[in-house]
Amino acid sequence: MSENKYKDSFATPLKKAKGLGSAHDGSHHWMMQKVTAIIITPLIVWLIWSIIGLQGASYDEFRFWLAQPANAVLMIILIFSVLYHAVLGLQVVTEDYISSEWFKIMNIIGQKIFIMTLGILCIFSILKIAFTVGV
Amino acid sequence: MSDTTNKVQRPLSPHLQIYNLPLTAIMSISHRITGVSLTLGMLIVAAFLIAAGSSEAHYNLVMIVASSKIGLIILFLWSFALYFHMFNGIRHMFWDAGRFLEKDQAMRTNYVVLMFAVVATIVTWLFGCPYISEIISEVK
Repeated sequence: MSENKYKDSFATPLKKAKGLGSAHDGSHHWMMQKVTAIIITPLIVWLIWSIIGLQGASYDEFRFWLAQPANAVLMIILIFSVLYHAVLGLQVVTEDYISSEWFKIMNIIGQKIFIMTLGILCIFSILKIAFTVGV
Repeated sequence: MSDTTNKVQRPLSPHLQIYNLPLTAIMSISHRITGVSLTLGMLIVAAFLIAAGSSEAHYNLVMIVASSKIGLIILFLWSFALYFHMFNGIRHMFWDAGRFLEKDQAMRTNYVVLMFAVVATIVTWLFGCPYISEIISEVK
């Protein structure tokens, strides 16, 4: 049956077999999940500490806080690492629970586009504030 | 040639709903659920950053929503999910290093993770939120 599928094509059954195989990036995926987790852990403690200090902060207070070089840099590292970690995690969950191949792939692509856009918006805002406040 | 799709109707093993999940399994699925929820939770942080880079009106709107009752409830749940995912993630690191993999150790560390998450959440809100007494009395 499966051989006939490629009867009118130059593609050999090897193409199908390869398509079902490993993507060869599993270890890198796993490793980056761990590396980002290690980066995030102390930064999350810093984030919660900062949120506690910023309760009810006015617009100017918040912008002054974020414009401090240490805060701006830590926030950029946090946003980047958390969103990277989220992309990897969401991909695993999607791959495990969605069985329809095209819907799964569309989901993963959609997640990546959404999260990348979100990350760029955040980092752009941080840099804009850091470069304009107090100038 | 072998076909990858299974055409023979073979008996299936009972699905997930049949089993009485042990705590370890509940913790495992909770790690995923909190992970996905925390991605949504990052939208709160993103909203603050984007609004602060946009305009004072946008920033004030985000601050009003975050300080509202519903906002505080979401922040509370967010903080617990965050601590749970963080401490369970630390346990995952130990597992990756080959530690605590025995069944009884996994069971005991379940409680350690939960305890750390609950205590960290309580400490954060008791010592971090000066309005906590007002909030508690309002909720009552």
